Amino acid sequence: MQLIACPWCGEREEIEFHYGGQAHIAYPDDPYALDDEQWAQYVFFRDNPKGPFAERWVHSAGCRRWFNALRDTVTHEFLSVHDNRAERPSRTGTAPAAQHAEGQEAGR
Amino acid sequence: MTVETPARFSPLSGWQDRFAQLPTGLRVRELPFLTQLTLRVEPGSAAAKAVEDCLGIILPGPLRAGSPGDVEVLWTGPDEWLLVAPDGRQDDLLARLRSAIGDDFATVTDVSAQRTTLALSGPLVRTVLAQGCALDLDPRVTPAGSCLTTLLAQAPVTLVVREEEPSGVRLLVRSSFASYLATWLLDACTEYRSDTGGRGWDGR
Ligand SMILES: [Zn+2]
Repeated sequence: MQLIACPWCGEREEIEFHYGGQAHIAYPDDPYALDDEQWAQYVFFRDNPKGPFAERWVHSAGCRRWFNALRDTVTHEFLSVHDNRAERPSRTGTAPAAQHAEGQEAGR
Repeated sequence: MTVETPARFSPLSGWQDRFAQLPTGLRVRELPFLTQLTLRVEPGSAAAKAVEDCLGIILPGPLRAGSPGDVEVLWTGPDEWLLVAPDGRQDDLLARLRSAIGDDFATVTDVSAQRTTLALSGPLVRTVLAQGCALDLDPRVTPAGSCLTTLLAQAPVTLVVREEEPSGVRLLVRSSFASYLATWLLDACTEYRSDTGGRGWDGR
């Protein structure tokens, strides 16, 4: 079974974790200013890269804390894990939606 | 009109006979009704200091339990601890802690009914637990004072390795999982029972 290194608890079996989708999707500054297309982009559309992907995970059977991880979607290797309060990883998704989300987050 | 006090019963009351059939290397007993309080506070904050001063303890770091005293402190998350004390202490502790915290930011919540506690001791403890626990329970990796919230036979538990009892382990388990976990423990011990020759714990 694959081991995932929780930033707090260290390596644990993957069944102790749950997946939380793409990381760094910022809530819109002003949701009412978004049209349906932009809202749909925010709610439903995520990157699907082949390679490193910044994701959210929760150590649900352990410390129950959310954290971010950079995982390679081809090899399933966790390239890094980090407490959400720490700096974001240098490599993130390169698809347009990610850049859009990054721009939103940077503008907060 | 007489109002009867509702009877308390622990999730594993009535299991003593079955625990008594365990192999000699493993003793199991339930410690029912322990006071359990969830403390949420930012480590290093004024409120955390107030709690430490109030209880005369140091909030332990990740994966550690404070040395057992009047109140045992278990790390359950980066800003969360479980305070464990004898039965009946919740009102006193809640009042003292809340007054010590004052207007600072922390919460203390009585969760005593959430879990029951199993006290395991004897030379077989780590061997038996290893059959359902993915973590390395070797004393070199998991020494006394370790506090691990994990899965044991798929059931969520907090596993505390105690300092004062050699190879003593406490399992805090949710009340609704307690009988399942007790059943699993009995089954996991089957091969160590000398009197059954490897047959089931009930002799079948
Ligand atoms: Zn964890």
